[in-house]
Amino acid sequence: MKNLVILGAGTSGTMMANHLVSKLPKKEWKITIVDQYKTHYYQPGFLFLPFDIYTEDQVKKVGKKFIPNGVNYIQKKIEQIFPTENKVELEDETLQYDILIVATGCKIAPQETEGMKGKNWHKTVFDFYTYEGSLALRNKLRDWKGGKMVVHFTEMPIKCPVAPLEFVFLADSYFTKKGMRDKVDLTYVTPLGGAFTKPKATAALSHLMKEKNIKVVTDFNIERVDNEKNQIVDYADTTVDFDLLVTVPTNMGDEVIERSGMGDDLNFVPTHHNTLQSIDYENVFVIGDATNVPASKAGSVAHFASETLTDNILLYIDGKPLKEEFDGHANCFIETGKNKALLIDFNYKYEPLEGTFPIAGIGPLKLLKESIFNHWGKLAFRWIYWNMLLKGIPIPMVSRNMSLKGKKIN
Amino acid sequence: MDLNIAGIRLDVTEDGYLTDVSQWNKEIAVEIAKENGIELTDKHWEVLYWIQDQVKNDVALSVRGIKKSGVIDIKEFYELFPGGPLKISTKIAGVPKPKSCI
Ligand SMILES: Cc1cc2nc3c(=O)[nH]c(=O)nc-3n(C[C@H](O)[C@H](O)[C@H](O)COP(=O)(O)OP(=O)(O)OC[C@H]3O[C@@H](n4cnc5c(N)ncnc54)[C@H](O)[C@@H]3O)c2cc1C
Repeated sequence: MKNLVILGAGTSGTMMANHLVSKLPKKEWKITIVDQYKTHYYQPGFLFLPFDIYTEDQVKKVGKKFIPNGVNYIQKKIEQIFPTENKVELEDETLQYDILIVATGCKIAPQETEGMKGKNWHKTVFDFYTYEGSLALRNKLRDWKGGKMVVHFTEMPIKCPVAPLEFVFLADSYFTKKGMRDKVDLTYVTPLGGAFTKPKATAALSHLMKEKNIKVVTDFNIERVDNEKNQIVDYADTTVDFDLLVTVPTNMGDEVIERSGMGDDLNFVPTHHNTLQSIDYENVFVIGDATNVPASKAGSVAHFASETLTDNILLYIDGKPLKEEFDGHANCFIETGKNKALLIDFNYKYEPLEGTFPIAGIGPLKLLKESIFNHWGKLAFRWIYWNMLLKGIPIPMVSRNMSLKGKKIN
Repeated sequence: MDLNIAGIRLDVTEDGYLTDVSQWNKEIAVEIAKENGIELTDKHWEVLYWIQDQVKNDVALSVRGIKKSGVIDIKEFYELFPGGPLKISTKIAGVPKPKSCI
């Protein structure tokens, strides 16, 4: 009997278990998946929870429900990977593997910025990238009387890089609906050169910030949060005052990657961009937010990647060359508030372009343009996530590689 | 867009970043630095090579990363490339500027 071990039962690990259970002969392969937590969170829902658009129950379910029969599920903490010995140490047992899939994701690291996780953490300084942060923020916003709200992210890469922008758009809508928009001063603070950084998106979307009366501070590299003066301070000594700070801290891979000596500075595992094999060990594959590939850290990317990785695991078992197929394809809805959203479709090579999706010339979804239909798409994504994505069911008409059909290249 | 530097035609983005890293050489770096009011010293070169190395290894560039680089501290980084250190140093190093997905 041979062993395939999947580390992490989040979006990517769960998808891989579902793909592989029907592809690997049961008599020859035992599949095991490990995660520390009982609960599987729908992380994209953390964007909606603070604004009372989703409830707690809509963003969490028992993880085991999504692991197929025939896969051995272990709920334990992973202590260390020993890639040269083909073994993984858990809290109180050791697993041997023939093939390892690392799907341990990434998470916020507020401790990387001085003062961020200080005395005001989850009081006036919030994250919305964790269930706890998002829920605490909801409770705060329910009776917040207004003031200066600053929405900020620390540095790239972060998961779902558009989430902070979406947050500020949804905040504008939320306060408008509550009849208190005039009491809230909204500022978006970014370490990058602009709220939008790609030429086509900048041209198509820059007006949104002005229209919604959101101030933008660019090139802000945070050094620390000053919990006495309620300011964020950058390395050039510029400051931004806040009454309520909503920040996305540095994102890092799990400490298990560091303990195992398998990651870069941010604990991301060096991974081949197109095959998803790890650079250093041929029987270790990496998928989702845990990799260092220059694709967006998003569930949709993991979904496309999981199809290529499934094929490559089968090729690897047969001793055949791997497909260099994965193109960094991402397909993401971006909430812009007032029940509208944008859709972007892009990969390693092509920036988000205008056009129609998924059917060229017809749509019904519009790329890089606000529409109500796109907003329905974003809300439908939650159903698709629980019912199709996690189960590894292909999404109709959306292929693993990006298509240029229906896109305006120039 | 293209740009003429040191007698060579270069493909650049709208904000002046090389689109083809292989076109980069030291003379070009000196010229781009001059345009940004910077005279390159040994310390600058050390930082530029470090940046190129990071990009080659798929490590995301950030000001915090500079702190851990062992090459310089952040204060020096701001002194060497005043204005927007990451924005300017990446332009001179011939690598893409740090960006998001839209
Ligand atoms: C606010 C927000 C909004 C988002 N919006 C979108 C969106 O609109 N569209 C989209 O496509 N994506 C979105 N994403 C991103 C998406 O949620 C992630 O990209 C996706 O979940 C990544 O899947 P993963 O399996 O790689 O990591 P995860 O789903 O995070 O799973 C990693 C798993 O590994 C486990 N693990 C890690 N270390 C250990 C250990 N040492 N021991 C045991 N278990 C361990 C964790 O418990 C976790 O369950 C959003 C994310 C956030 C935070």
